[in-house]
Amino acid sequence: MRSSDVLVVGGGHNGLALAALLAKAGRKTILVEAGETVGGAAQTVEFAPGFRVSHVAHLCHHLHPEIVRRLELERHGLAFAAVGVPTTALAAEGRHLTLGGAYGERLEGEVAEAERAAWAALRAKLLKYAGVLKPFLAEIPPRLKHGGPASLMTLGKLGLSIRRLGRDDMREFLRMLLMNVADVLDEELSDDRLKGLLAFDAVLGTNLGPRSPNSLMTLYYRLAGEAGSVPGAIALPKGGMGGVVAALANAARAAGVQILTGAPVERILVEGDRAVGVALASGEEIRAPMVASAANPVTTLMSLLGPQHLDAGMVRRLTHVRSKGTVAKLHLALDGPPPFAGVPPAALAGRLVVAPSVGAVERAFDAAKYGGLAEAPMLEILVPSLSDPSLAPAGKHVMSVSAIYAPYGYKEGWETGRDLLRDRVLAVLESHAPGIGARVTAVEVLTPTDIEARYRMPGGHWHHGELAIDQMLMLRPVHGLAQYATPIEGLYLAGAGSHPGGNVSGAPALNAARKILGRKGA
Amino acid sequence: MRTPLPRDHFATPLQETPLHARLAAVTRPDGWYGWNGFQAPRVCRDEEAEYFAIRNAASLFDVSPIIKYRVAGGEAAAYLDRLLVSHVAPLPAGHVQYTAWCDDEGKLLEDGLLFRLGGDEFLLFTQERHLNWLSDSAIGFDVAVAEVSDEIAGLALQGPTSFAVLEAAGLGHLADLPPMRLRAVDVAGVGAATVSRTGYTGDLGYEFFLPPAGAPALWDLLMAAGALHGITPIGAAALDLARLEAGYVQSGSDFVPAEHAVRADRRRSPFEAGLGFLVALDKPMHFTGKRALVEERRRGGGHVLVGLEIDGNVPAEHALVYHRGKTEVGHVTAAAWSPTTKRNIALASLKRPYGDTVTGDLWVDIYAVRELEYARAMVRARVVPRPFFDPPRRTATPPGRW
Repeated sequence: MRSSDVLVVGGGHNGLALAALLAKAGRKTILVEAGETVGGAAQTVEFAPGFRVSHVAHLCHHLHPEIVRRLELERHGLAFAAVGVPTTALAAEGRHLTLGGAYGERLEGEVAEAERAAWAALRAKLLKYAGVLKPFLAEIPPRLKHGGPASLMTLGKLGLSIRRLGRDDMREFLRMLLMNVADVLDEELSDDRLKGLLAFDAVLGTNLGPRSPNSLMTLYYRLAGEAGSVPGAIALPKGGMGGVVAALANAARAAGVQILTGAPVERILVEGDRAVGVALASGEEIRAPMVASAANPVTTLMSLLGPQHLDAGMVRRLTHVRSKGTVAKLHLALDGPPPFAGVPPAALAGRLVVAPSVGAVERAFDAAKYGGLAEAPMLEILVPSLSDPSLAPAGKHVMSVSAIYAPYGYKEGWETGRDLLRDRVLAVLESHAPGIGARVTAVEVLTPTDIEARYRMPGGHWHHGELAIDQMLMLRPVHGLAQYATPIEGLYLAGAGSHPGGNVSGAPALNAARKILGRKGA
Repeated sequence: MRTPLPRDHFATPLQETPLHARLAAVTRPDGWYGWNGFQAPRVCRDEEAEYFAIRNAASLFDVSPIIKYRVAGGEAAAYLDRLLVSHVAPLPAGHVQYTAWCDDEGKLLEDGLLFRLGGDEFLLFTQERHLNWLSDSAIGFDVAVAEVSDEIAGLALQGPTSFAVLEAAGLGHLADLPPMRLRAVDVAGVGAATVSRTGYTGDLGYEFFLPPAGAPALWDLLMAAGALHGITPIGAAALDLARLEAGYVQSGSDFVPAEHAVRADRRRSPFEAGLGFLVALDKPMHFTGKRALVEERRRGGGHVLVGLEIDGNVPAEHALVYHRGKTEVGHVTAAAWSPTTKRNIALASLKRPYGDTVTGDLWVDIYAVRELEYARAMVRARVVPRPFFDPPRRTATPPGRW
């Protein structure tokens, strides 16, 4: 029988990062992954012959620098095809607006002077306030009750960093904290393209519209990330997101982690209220005094562990975790470069966003609120083959599109909805890139249901649980589980469903590793 | 034209139990109160006479308003073992268990009586409604939980002559029914019923559970059979005194159900509410609140419920309890002059270590209104074991024919 010091469930990027961190700390570590390959939703997948694409997550703007440093990911093959790529808000008649540098250091395009100044001020403010929260990405959330000195320290640090803003900024920070992004944008900006883009960035990956409560918080979350040490910047990994996963897997193996793929866990073994290992679907049992699950927390506790090991109140809270994905992913194989009108080559190689106004984003959300599909989906478009030709055959290109809102539990059913969604996305693309439809040689559509089934992400939700203030920090995934430990001695959580949340960051793993290694006898 | 509205709801603000016609015939106009949404007698004719019927003859009490849940399914026992602090699996069919359940923090949500009708079928009787909690506790278990309060009428026959009444009613074959057991019976002229040797009086007694339609006939049968055995319909007031003598705690007065408590420090664990004897920390499976209760055992809880015997004869209702007459250490949750034991008794919730390791030099501060003035007395109280009254006839099997 196989055994180890720690058994990590789930080989997504967090599971890999956790296993590598634990192995580097001298723990004999086995990682089991249900899928045939590691990486979860951060893989690069060939969806048509010769065309490869980052299958779900396609932008790198949150990879935690401490993960890169401690796991020496660059030595293990991490490389970027492009860092600090621009974002272009596509507009009708080619009046595009490009945000250059890290999240719009420069605005390129026809913009009023006053608006440029207003944007510079808002950008500085948003980055500053996101910066206040940023250190908490890599903190174990404090416990308010029975917290002990570490919790007090964390809370103290938060208080101090807010206080350090100074009186005026502190007041402004606190005033804005729970606002919705639409109201903030209405206060500060007037350009619809800019406002639409920011509203889009705030809500992408969540089940929120720009006018939903605390949608500014999700923009802060987005801006608390960084690429190439530049806050707010975005990068395209070489070889797609699979490149990041490969580096993590290399680091894990180099540290001595034994990785088993195609090994779905049937249940977590419990003896005397302690986790003692897992039973695989194959029947094999692997014993370990510590089990750390980077799988979804609700799945981990409700399916792999089982409610009978939990208090009823906790089960009740777990059943209330909101996790309805709203993002569909479309992959297009193109037999030539995409014909976007009026987009310069540098911008085309970056991120293109179709979100013409706050109202347009909210309207797209309106349909989703009632289980419908947005008439005119909002899109985030990448053509990664422009900066990384290895992703498509010579002269051809691959396009990766995140489309909102495509609600989990679409009321008409995805059997028919899939084609409707594809047609609506293609229609939007066609309006900005006339003739693109004729260049498409293959299309792959991943609805939230597909993402759920393929990557074991409940609801197909990017973050393994809605990212909203009532499911953040010490409430993530639910209160009583926010410190990565569970009521079952020896069972830990380490995935995106835990603080701070999703994106290819490794931050949950970082914090969980600290929790696990901090325990005596670990 | 005036559209009639359903405006008459106020006319019948409380529901009537299946025995309402019988109760109405014996209850004085000011004797009613509301119990779980039903009109129920607090006093039928005379509280004292009713109390003495419980202790010296036989009493009949309509327990229909009790909340009843049916728990059935392949994993019913496993479900209940996860829900309740007691160990359910070893309970044989036909047995009754007094039990309680807690929230995640090990604080009491409720106590109740569990009837195992069969291997996979139980009835759980409680004072208040808890379907939400019971349903959420069922997540992950093959079990169906349904409220069946309206499907089952209940009648409690309690007192030393209660078996004699049964015999007179043709139910003498229940002589071998021991305490905390139930049996299905067929009562001539009534139909099928379940009889359990249970009760809330601490005396010899039985409870009948049956379809509502049969309840009036059963009432008539027992009243006729008990005529020469002093059978008396009673209200809740007499019962409350009897239960205090028996040392039974009452949800809502001796402890605040955790879901009702607005102030977190008012909740009580079973150990703090005198129900520690119910908690099976050694049962092999997990139950809600177990980890918190294990921790509480290790650390010691904040409170303790004790029985007090108090000097004098003035009931110490709502009195504060003092140590050395100076330090406030708790309060009385129920108090009465006990006519049967001739003692001034009370239940009190005290802050540890008082009542636990420090039991000497306790005083209660009694305020009694005497014609527009408070008479106040600081009276000595002693911690005494519960129950205050526990006659051998309660458990004697076969029961005495008094």
